Amino acid sequence: MHKRMWKVVAAAGALAVLALPASAATLDQVKAKGYVQCGVSQGVIGYSAPNDKGEWAGFDIDFCRAIAAAIFNDPSKAKFTPLSTKDRFTALQSGEIDILTRNTTWTLDRDTKLGFNFVGTTYYDGQGFMVKKSMKINSALELSGASVCTQTGTTTELNLADYFRNNKMKYEVVAFATADETIKAYESGRCDVFTTDASQLYAQRLKFANPDDHMVLPEIISKEPLGPVVRQGDDQWFDIGKWTFFAMLNAEELGITSKNVEEMKKSSSPEIKRVLGVEGSLGEGLGLTNDWVVRIISKVGNYAEIYDRNLGAGSKLKIERGVNRLWNKGGIQYAPPIR
Amino acid sequence: MSDITETRLPAAKPSRGSLLTDPRTRSILIQGTVLVLVCVALWFFISNGRANLAARNIQTGFGFLDQQAGFDISQTLIAYSDNASYGRVFLIGLLNTLLVAGLGVIFATIIGFGVGIARLSPNWLVSKLAEVYVEVIRNLPLLFQILFWYLGVLAAMPAARQSLSFFGLAYFNNRGVVLARPLFGDGSGIIGLALLAGIVLAFIVRRWAHRRQMRTGQPFPTIKTMLALIFGLPLVAYAATGFPISLEWPVLRGFNFAGGIRVIPEFVALLLALSTYTGGFIAEIVRAGIQSVNRGQSEAAGSLGLRPGPTLRFVVVPQALRVIIPPLTSQYLNLIKNSSLAVAIGYPDFFALFAGTTLNQTGQAIEIIAMTMAVYLVISLIISGLMNLYNQRMALVER
Repeated sequence: MHKRMWKVVAAAGALAVLALPASAATLDQVKAKGYVQCGVSQGVIGYSAPNDKGEWAGFDIDFCRAIAAAIFNDPSKAKFTPLSTKDRFTALQSGEIDILTRNTTWTLDRDTKLGFNFVGTTYYDGQGFMVKKSMKINSALELSGASVCTQTGTTTELNLADYFRNNKMKYEVVAFATADETIKAYESGRCDVFTTDASQLYAQRLKFANPDDHMVLPEIISKEPLGPVVRQGDDQWFDIGKWTFFAMLNAEELGITSKNVEEMKKSSSPEIKRVLGVEGSLGEGLGLTNDWVVRIISKVGNYAEIYDRNLGAGSKLKIERGVNRLWNKGGIQYAPPIR
Repeated sequence: MSDITETRLPAAKPSRGSLLTDPRTRSILIQGTVLVLVCVALWFFISNGRANLAARNIQTGFGFLDQQAGFDISQTLIAYSDNASYGRVFLIGLLNTLLVAGLGVIFATIIGFGVGIARLSPNWLVSKLAEVYVEVIRNLPLLFQILFWYLGVLAAMPAARQSLSFFGLAYFNNRGVVLARPLFGDGSGIIGLALLAGIVLAFIVRRWAHRRQMRTGQPFPTIKTMLALIFGLPLVAYAATGFPISLEWPVLRGFNFAGGIRVIPEFVALLLALSTYTGGFIAEIVRAGIQSVNRGQSEAAGSLGLRPGPTLRFVVVPQALRVIIPPLTSQYLNLIKNSSLAVAIGYPDFFALFAGTTLNQTGQAIEIIAMTMAVYLVISLIISGLMNLYNQRMALVER
């Protein structure tokens, strides 16, 4: 009996270890299999959720498609793995996905101990609280004694504890593994408050039977810089992720959109020529082709287009750009130059 | 315990020819080779895993158990704050699992024995009701039942301000159950001692009564005496010390009740689902056990003049237990492992807290999964060890 048990333990250990592939160039692996595998959420409208046609759509989805476009000149060569907050890091560590584009907060702990690199901050967010309007509460500071529903394994859970401790308020946390369970518990009255990143509060509110019965409190209690994540130790793949994002920001800054990208190629501006690969061979430095930015912008769009389509005025969410505006338009989105 | 000694061929015959054909030498050789191979494979996987983790700059080791956890937990049996370490989280999760599993085992056993005996009742209504219970409970998935209790029953309770009250002693609402908390004043210790003395005395009486009955055949009102001792002694002590126990009444304040003991609905839902579900299986095991006792046994008891109650207690059940205990052990083990379904409704059990939240916050999958496996393995081995001991005591004594 003992012996058999040890064999089982050994076999399980073996599986766990074998699941870690020997680290090789992710770009080569992606090219060999013919698609990029992205980890996404299990359904946050605006970030990653199936649309009316049953296709994946959202801000994070478009980032993944942009990488596929840069590599294959075909945004459909992206596959998506829906992950809970709980499973997302293990999936990336084990090589199940190539890149995690799943509204994940950049923290020092995750950057170092988990063996990850954050590509950049694609969306500056902050944590907020949602309550029922009927409770007549106007500030998060009135929440002492409340029950709070949240998702486990998130920075949200940690910020929540900090905030209530800081303000010397009591509360009860009820933590669930998935977003849907959390929302269901809040809606059924198990909790007074639902907390997560503010953008997600707006997105999840759309799922309620009566969205207008709920309101988001004005306090934003944390910094939540959200961005795509890659495994540490593959600098080329890290660069591709980083510069795909910067290319979308630079394109917006230079006024290059999916509609005018072909005309822009004829532009006399040396900067635009460099970005679009008409001059120089910058794309090859990344292991891509020189027209990599053209591919991204023509197939997916620049940052403003992606934002507008998924989160902004062109979407159901209608979230203001706010701090996510470009640096020269009053926001903090700033990309190093492509040169 | 070892399968190998049990399955070995009966007494090796004197060897004929070479050492290799000798069954004893051969079996040692084969087992030794397998053991070495397993060890080598284990060493390879561990060193390979360590190398890979180091290459990816992923933190390894058990140092994280001392790090600050930083999140809160809805049910803690021992003191906890968000300053506490992951090691503390480990303990809290373990205690929460043991609490729900321990109570679950007790309730499932009570339900199982009740329903199992009811199924054999000559009363048509009682036996049919028991049958319906068993068939419905046994044939629905456990996760479904947990969600039914949680979302279907407990979430449908009124909000805190409209709580259902039970004489102010208990309030039921969609945040769980609030009970009045007993406050122990001076002299409460004496009552506790009286209770302890009552229990000890009750068991001494039981032993004595059993021996006397074996010797003389004289019955003794054992159960009544035991109850009188266990409840009577503390009551006398309570009166003698001048009624030192008072109640702290729950009061509605702000969002919820203040004071009293709060039982979270996740716990209630999980406990209800686990005990009714496992109770359904135990009922069938109990029925099978009772039916396995030859009818002649109860007929013989009847012809000796024993009434149905004592017949069941002294003749049928002791024999049935031998059939019941081994499958009952499996049900207990199932219940403990099934308690990890808590993760679906947000009950902070060991699996949800440690293999869920802690794993996610620290990212140390291999260490945490190994520890989780070890914990469930140890709990299960302890339970099956205890049940095996009990089984040995109940086994037929051959004369």
